Amino acid sequence: MSRVLDAAAPRRRGRVPAALLIPAGMGLLFLVLPLAGLVVRAPWTTLPQRLTEPGALTALRLSVQTATLATVLCLLLGVPLAWLLARVEFPGRRLVRALVTVPLVLPPVVGGVALLLVFGRRGLIGGWLDATFGVTLPFTTAGVVLAESFVAMPFLVIAVEGALRAADHRYEEAAATLGAGRWTTFTHVTLPLVAPGLAAGAVLCWARALGEFGATITFAGNYPGRTQTMPLAVYLALETDLESAIVLSLVLLTVSVGILAALRDRWITGP
Amino acid sequence: MSARARRTALAALVALAGLAVAGCGGGDDPAPGGSGDGRVNGTVTVFAAASLTESFTRIGRDFEAAYPGSTVTFNFAGSSALANQINQGAPADVFASAAARNMTTVTEAGDADGTPATFARNQLVIAVPRGNPAGVTGLADLTRPGVKVALCADQVPCGTAARSALDAAGVALTPVTLEQDVKGALAKVKLGEVDASLVYRTDARAATADVTGVEFPESARAVNDYPIVALKDAPNRAGAPAFVAYVRSAPAQAVLAEAGFQGL
Repeated sequence: MSRVLDAAAPRRRGRVPAALLIPAGMGLLFLVLPLAGLVVRAPWTTLPQRLTEPGALTALRLSVQTATLATVLCLLLGVPLAWLLARVEFPGRRLVRALVTVPLVLPPVVGGVALLLVFGRRGLIGGWLDATFGVTLPFTTAGVVLAESFVAMPFLVIAVEGALRAADHRYEEAAATLGAGRWTTFTHVTLPLVAPGLAAGAVLCWARALGEFGATITFAGNYPGRTQTMPLAVYLALETDLESAIVLSLVLLTVSVGILAALRDRWITGP
Repeated sequence: MSARARRTALAALVALAGLAVAGCGGGDDPAPGGSGDGRVNGTVTVFAAASLTESFTRIGRDFEAAYPGSTVTFNFAGSSALANQINQGAPADVFASAAARNMTTVTEAGDADGTPATFARNQLVIAVPRGNPAGVTGLADLTRPGVKVALCADQVPCGTAARSALDAAGVALTPVTLEQDVKGALAKVKLGEVDASLVYRTDARAATADVTGVEFPESARAVNDYPIVALKDAPNRAGAPAFVAYVRSAPAQAVLAEAGFQGL
């Protein structure tokens, strides 16, 4: 039986239809050409000295740190939220799901203003935080993490909720009939079951946080070593020196693609 | 692809984008002004610094009234972005920059027709939230502990001006943020997230609902000149110099003064 299927497989695959191949190639070109543009225009001769400028490395380190912390925060808050949306029936679930995607459609600069209105020192919560604990979030590294999390969390929640819906309920039901509570089921059955979706969501979330610009500069401002992430450094470099901006962009791209490729091999199985 | 072909392709793209921008405001574009008889009509495309948005929009309407048959369309953006677009071949007639540096970019590339003329000056003020909660009266107050200050980054004109003014006053302060443009710095003041910022007088005046401008003597040491020039490849041969001349005339100067620009 299996041999018959194997024999049939190549014929079923057949040739790749041109109607799919051509748009796929165009799509790939569309995504890759701007990258090629950066590579072509990069000032290769002065690259080493531009790379070792302390400002560039500081911004890169801050970017990687804040994006990673933001991903951790998104995992802590976003996975339970995704589970709630996928597994618990409650009134207004559709509305909640729509609200979760708000940061996706909101221009990030508006998101930054909204964060200021809540967490700023005159904000709804920020004023209280300042008066009670002396904690202010704008213009701090914590503020960068918050801004990145706000923009990136929907990517994680949507990916994880999708994985949860696609996962087979029967394993969880089996765990329940064997006496496992909902928490035990969640940690021992559900999470391992959706691990690939969780990893994909976390990677997407991290990548979005790494490239975040608008909400960060609006909520956390721009100060080297404290809140100036790589995208902010690139934007300011554009004002004076196009070549510096290109170098910084390439560094950001190389590091992010490198990390994503390494994680993909480790976490996400498949070709 | 050779370097030249690449540059041509890029210029074509930018030109297309510029045409799209020019086409948005004008409706059906009449033919560009006649090159021989010197009569001013058709569309005059003006690339102007973002800080000129309010005053140039008014000046453009006045120009259209003074030259029936002419239409002025604007592309307002940061001066450095505009200078790049012009150098890449965008079809503009006039360039009005907020800083001499960006004008130099255009003249050095050989894209200007004649020598740029200064038509306005802008000076810094200390912008404070309405009611001035931190009681700021001069630059020295900005170094008091607990006073949060937003400055423009050194790379943008308002940051360069702020740096000169602070140096002139011998004031060393640590801002909480270095904003990417003057509107960003002003927004932080409007929202009350900082106690003060150094912005242009025109920007503070345009935001009087939320912001008070505090004048300070050292700002005279960091005056920003606004140069204007007709461009060499101007599609509207007669309209370009006419608009430049109009901006320097008394009626246009009055509009600029009202917006908070300093007279010449």
